[in-house]
Amino acid sequence: MNDLFFSMAQYAIGRLAGAETLLANFAGEATDFVRFNHARVRQPLTVRQAQLKLSLIDGRRRDNTTLALSGEPQRDRASIDQALEAMRGELASLPEDPYLLYATDAAVSDRQSSGRLPQAEQAVEAITRAGAGSDLVGLLASGPIYRGFASSHGARHWHAVDAFLFDWSLYHAADKAVKSAWAGSHWDDEELQRRIDAARSQLACLALPARRLAPGAVRAYLSPAALDELAAMLSWAGVSEKAQRTKQSCLQRLVDGEARLAPQLTVTEQADSGLAPAFDESGFVRPATVTLIDRGRHAGSLVSARSAREYGLEANGADDDEGAQSLAIAAGSLPAQQALAALDTGLWVGNLHYLNFSDRAHGRITGLTRFATFWVEAGRIVAPVEVMRFDDTLYRVLGSELEALTSTPEWTLDAGSYGQRSVRSSRVPGALLSSFTLTL
Amino acid sequence: MPFDTESLARRFHRLAPAVDYCALRVVEEHSQTVAVRQDIAQPAATTVDAGAMVTVFDGDGVGYAASSDLSDAGLAWAIGRARDWARLARGRSVFDGAAPRLPRPRGRYASPTARPLDWRKADRIETLMRESRACRLDARIVDWEASLWTIRTRQLSLTADGAADGEFALQEFDFTIPGLHVVAHDRGLTQIRSWGGRYNGFCQQGGVEVLERAGFAGAGAATAEQALQLLAAPNCPSGTIDVVLMPDQMMLQIHESIGHPLELDRILGDERNYAGTSFVTLDMFGSYRYGSPLLNVSYDPTRGEQFASFACDDEGAPAARTLLIDRGVLLRPLGGASSRQRARRLGAELDAVATTRACAWNRPPIDRMSNLNLEPGASTLEEMIAATELGVLMQTNRSWSIDDSRNKFQFGCEWGRMIRDGQLAEVVRDPNYRGISATFWRSLAQVGDAATMAVMGTPYCGKGEPNQAIRVGHASPACRFTAIDVFGAEA
Repeated sequence: MNDLFFSMAQYAIGRLAGAETLLANFAGEATDFVRFNHARVRQPLTVRQAQLKLSLIDGRRRDNTTLALSGEPQRDRASIDQALEAMRGELASLPEDPYLLYATDAAVSDRQSSGRLPQAEQAVEAITRAGAGSDLVGLLASGPIYRGFASSHGARHWHAVDAFLFDWSLYHAADKAVKSAWAGSHWDDEELQRRIDAARSQLACLALPARRLAPGAVRAYLSPAALDELAAMLSWAGVSEKAQRTKQSCLQRLVDGEARLAPQLTVTEQADSGLAPAFDESGFVRPATVTLIDRGRHAGSLVSARSAREYGLEANGADDDEGAQSLAIAAGSLPAQQALAALDTGLWVGNLHYLNFSDRAHGRITGLTRFATFWVEAGRIVAPVEVMRFDDTLYRVLGSELEALTSTPEWTLDAGSYGQRSVRSSRVPGALLSSFTLTL
Repeated sequence: MPFDTESLARRFHRLAPAVDYCALRVVEEHSQTVAVRQDIAQPAATTVDAGAMVTVFDGDGVGYAASSDLSDAGLAWAIGRARDWARLARGRSVFDGAAPRLPRPRGRYASPTARPLDWRKADRIETLMRESRACRLDARIVDWEASLWTIRTRQLSLTADGAADGEFALQEFDFTIPGLHVVAHDRGLTQIRSWGGRYNGFCQQGGVEVLERAGFAGAGAATAEQALQLLAAPNCPSGTIDVVLMPDQMMLQIHESIGHPLELDRILGDERNYAGTSFVTLDMFGSYRYGSPLLNVSYDPTRGEQFASFACDDEGAPAARTLLIDRGVLLRPLGGASSRQRARRLGAELDAVATTRACAWNRPPIDRMSNLNLEPGASTLEEMIAATELGVLMQTNRSWSIDDSRNKFQFGCEWGRMIRDGQLAEVVRDPNYRGISATFWRSLAQVGDAATMAVMGTPYCGKGEPNQAIRVGHASPACRFTAIDVFGAEA
C-alpha cells in the first residue's frame, strides 16, 4: 500500500501545471471481518480498499476529488488524469477560499507497527471453540490500516498499523448480556479464551431476578466503558473550536465561564497514543497533547486548519470535524477494585447506549443503560436492572456529582467501521457519582 | 470510467467456481458535495468510487470478499477469498445446515429523473449562496450553512448461473440531497433551525425537480426567520398532553419505533452486540396489535421519487409494495430471503420483502428498512388541531434516543406550537417527548390525509457489523397522538 500511495501521489504531482499545488491523502485497509451470532459464523468477509484524495490548489482556489484505487497502475493513473482534468476545468470558476490553510513544509514521517494477526482459519476456530456453549454475538475486525499524506511541497507521511478488534457480547437471555472488547496487535488464542471465560463468569449475576427501578436520582458508578460513551459526546460539537465560536457546543457554559466541571476532571487529546496518525488531513503534525479541560475549567479546543485561519489561531491537528481522535480523561485516586465498596448502595452501570443531547446548550444528555448494569447494596451486586433511561447534564455527571475517578483508566479502540475502520481511541477511568438521574 | 456490463458478466461467468452459489455485485458511484457557510464557499468534494463484492455459498457456509480491483486478477482474488470463507464457515454457520436459496437478479431500474442536476460546481455554489445570503437577517444569526449533495450510482448484480444465461440486474440511481440550517444566539440562548432536519430529510431520487418539490428557493430566509422566532419563544411546557407530529418528525418516529424493531435479522439476534435487539418476536406476526386501527404501514420500493426505490434488492429479490402493519395489526417483518429462511428453520413461516441491501460495494447485504411509509388517513391538519384541547404541534427532529429493544424512546424537535382549545397558539422552543413503542402507537388518534403527506428520508440509517449507513425513505402524513409525556429544555 505504501508503494501504491506514493507512486500514485508522485504521478499526480508530476502532472501539475503552472503554480498548482497538490495535497494527497491516503486511507486504506485489508481487513478480515468475521461476524458471529449464537457463537456461529454469520458473515465472514475480506475487504481490500484504498482511497486517494487529491486536493488541487491554485492560489486561493481549491477543489478535491477522492478516488478508489484499483491497484492496477495504468487504470489508476487514468483515473488520476481524469480527476485532475475535471478539477482543473472548474477551478478558475470557484470562489477564492479565505480560510484555506495547509502545511507547506517538507516534513517526513514513517510509523509502521507490525503485529501478529490471526489467520482466518485460526480466528474462526478459536472464537467458535472459546464461545462454544455460549450465546456469543460480535465482530472480529483484523488487518492492517494505512494512512498517508504527500504534497507537492515535498511532505511525505506514512502510517501503517496492524490491529485487531474483537468486540463481542455474551448473552444470558433477552437483553441481559456481558459486553467485552479486546483490541491489540498480537493475537493469542489463550488470551482470547481467558477473556471469554472472564466474561462468562459474569453471566451468573445476570441470571439473578431483574429489578425494575423507579425514576429518580440514584447513586451510581459508571464503568470506563460507560464513561467512554459520555466522553464521546464531547466530540459531537463539544470540543470543536468552530462549535464553541458559534455557540453550539455542549460545553458552551463552561467555555463562556458560566459553569465549571469537577476539579478532578482533566481532559486531553493525546496524539502520542492510540492508532490515529500523527498528521492531519492538511499535512500538519499533531501536537502530542492538547489540553481541553484542566481541573474542571475550559482550557482549549480542537482547531482544524480552516478554523485556525478563520479565527486567527494555531491549528492543533484536528481534522475538519474537530472531533477527538485520542481522548484521554486523567486518572483519579479511587482504586478500581474498591469501586464497588465505594458505591455502597446504588447503580453499577456497565454500559450506556444511544446517547443524544436532550438540551445541548445546557450540556444535557439522555441515553439508556445497557448490558451488565446492576443494582448494588452495601457493596454487593444483588440484581441486574431492567433497562432505564437517564437524562442528566455534563455539569452534574462530570461536575457537581462526581465523587471520584478510578486510578486505572482503560484504553478503548473505537469499534466504528462506517466506510472504513475507525482509528479513534480513548483512555478513560470509571466514575463514582453521588447522583445520576433516571427518568423512564 | 463506467463499468462495461457485458464484459463483467462474461468475465465473471468465466472465473466463477463450481459451487452451490456465486454472485457478483458491482457498484460504481460518483458523488459531489458543495456547501456555503456564512456566505463562504466550503471546499467542494467529489468522490469516484467503484468496487465489487463476491458472495459464495458452499454447503451452509457463506463467504464474502470485496475489492476495488475489477480486473480478472481482482475478481479472481475476491472469488477465491469468498470461497475460502464459505468453506471455513461450513458446519458452523448460522444457516445451520442449509444455505439460503436466492433468486437470480434480473431487471432494470432507473431513477425517474426529469431534469438531471448536472450543474457545474460554480453554479451549485451560486444557488447555495443565494440562500446563504438570505439567512443573514440579524446579528443574532451566528452561523448558517446550505449544502447540496448529488450522487449517481450504477449497480450490476448477477449470479454465476444467471451470467451463463445472460441474466443480470442493472440499476441506475440519481440522488439529490439538499440541506440548510441556521443557528441563532442571544443572551446565552442558542437555537438551531434547519430545513428538513440536520440529516437531509428532503433527500429524494431525481434531479433539479427534487429542489423544486422541496421548496429550496426561499428556504434560507424562512429558516432564519424561524430561528429568530425560537429565540423569542418560551420553553415548551411539561405535561401529559396531545402531540401533533408533522412529517419531518413522523419520519424519525417511524424509523426508530417501527422500522428498526421490524428488521428480521435484528429479531434473529444478529445486531445484539451493536444496534440491539427488538421487543418484536417471531410469534407476533399475524396477530400482535402494534398500534391503533388507524395505523397502516407499508414497505414501498415503487414510489419513484422516494429515496430507497429500486427494482430488486441485493439478494436479487424483486421489489414489490407490501403492507407490514394493517389496521394496527403486525403482519410482516422487514426481512429478505435469507432471513426468512433462517426464521423458517425456527418454525416461523413469514413472508419476505425485498429489503436485504448493502450500503456500498465493500459491505455485505443485511436487512434494512428501504422505503417505510405510514399510509395517509382521512383527517385534515385543521381537524387534528381542532380536536386537540391541549397539545403541542412539533416539527423537525433534533434529537433521538431509544433503548436496545427499541422500546423506551425520547425524541426532541426543533419547533413547537402550542395548541389550546383547538387553536394554534404560541411558538415554543425545545419541545421533547418520551414514550414506549409498544404503547405509543396505540395512542395514535388521528392520521392526516394525503394533503398532509411529505416524502422524506435520510442517507444515514446506521446498523450492522461492520457498520453500514444506508439510504432510507419515509413518507408520512401528519399524525395526532394523545396523552404523551412532553417536556422542554432545562430552565
